Amino acid sequence: MEWIGFYNYWVVVVLMMIGFYIVIAQGNLIKKIVGLNIFQTSVFIFFISLAKLDGGTAPIYVEGVTEYANPLPHVLILTAIVVGVAVTAMGLALVIRINELYGSIEEDEIHEEDEAQ
Amino acid sequence: MAMVAIATVRIRNLFAVVMLSGIYSLLAASLFVLLDAVDVALTEAAVGAGIMIILMLGALALTTSQEKVRANRQSLAALVIVMITGGALIYGTLDMPLMGDPEAPAHTHLAPHFTQQSVEEIGIPNMVTSVLASYRGLDTLGEAVVVLTAAVGVLLVIGSGRARKRGHRRKVMERQADS
Repeated sequence: MEWIGFYNYWVVVVLMMIGFYIVIAQGNLIKKIVGLNIFQTSVFIFFISLAKLDGGTAPIYVEGVTEYANPLPHVLILTAIVVGVAVTAMGLALVIRINELYGSIEEDEIHEEDEAQ
Repeated sequence: MAMVAIATVRIRNLFAVVMLSGIYSLLAASLFVLLDAVDVALTEAAVGAGIMIILMLGALALTTSQEKVRANRQSLAALVIVMITGGALIYGTLDMPLMGDPEAPAHTHLAPHFTQQSVEEIGIPNMVTSVLASYRGLDTLGEAVVVLTAAVGVLLVIGSGRARKRGHRRKVMERQADS
């Protein structure tokens, strides 16, 4: 049953690759941002998996409990989630601006219009 | 966890991408609860499944909600790149410590200090809060700076477009008034 210890990492890799594929293969800019979010969340799951401790509980002090999950990755991921929202907001703002300029959010059409000019 | 993966695979094929990404965030949040990270789960549920969806829907309302169907020419090359990267990463995980292993490097350096002494040193039973606000307070300041920068950037990017359009409209009206 040793593979069960790696199972989380493999899920992370699969999710990360799905996000990566969406980012590089899809032409729709909003879909690309969703892919970026999936990629981000996979990294979050990776960090939280590292913080997990067998026999430990959530890192909130309880009388008589000595084993807790590692709180440091939790803090880093809290920060990363908020930063991720900031990045998403910025990306969506750029998409809206591109749509105002080109009238499209498809990569192909934007390239065509660029070359036509 | 399998459900999260299935939901994300479905994302690629459906037009309701944004709604599915909300479901995905919620599943990720429940996974975080299972992995003992309750604070992270709360934030992910509120921010990932809440604010993110509102932002995405706003963007969809301002652009278009239909993706155009197109022939995927480079998707095979992309798939190969993704497979190679994924294979390399999985090969890399074989050297990782097993999940939950108390001897893993992540659990031996600073974590015992945080879990054993932070209640005495800071006086807050929630260790995540005390690490966030005290030991790593500077990181949280950096986070606030990033959010401020993003807010200013969004206002500049969207606001400048609006202002230019308004200026353009005014010019057109002046020209009409002249003629």
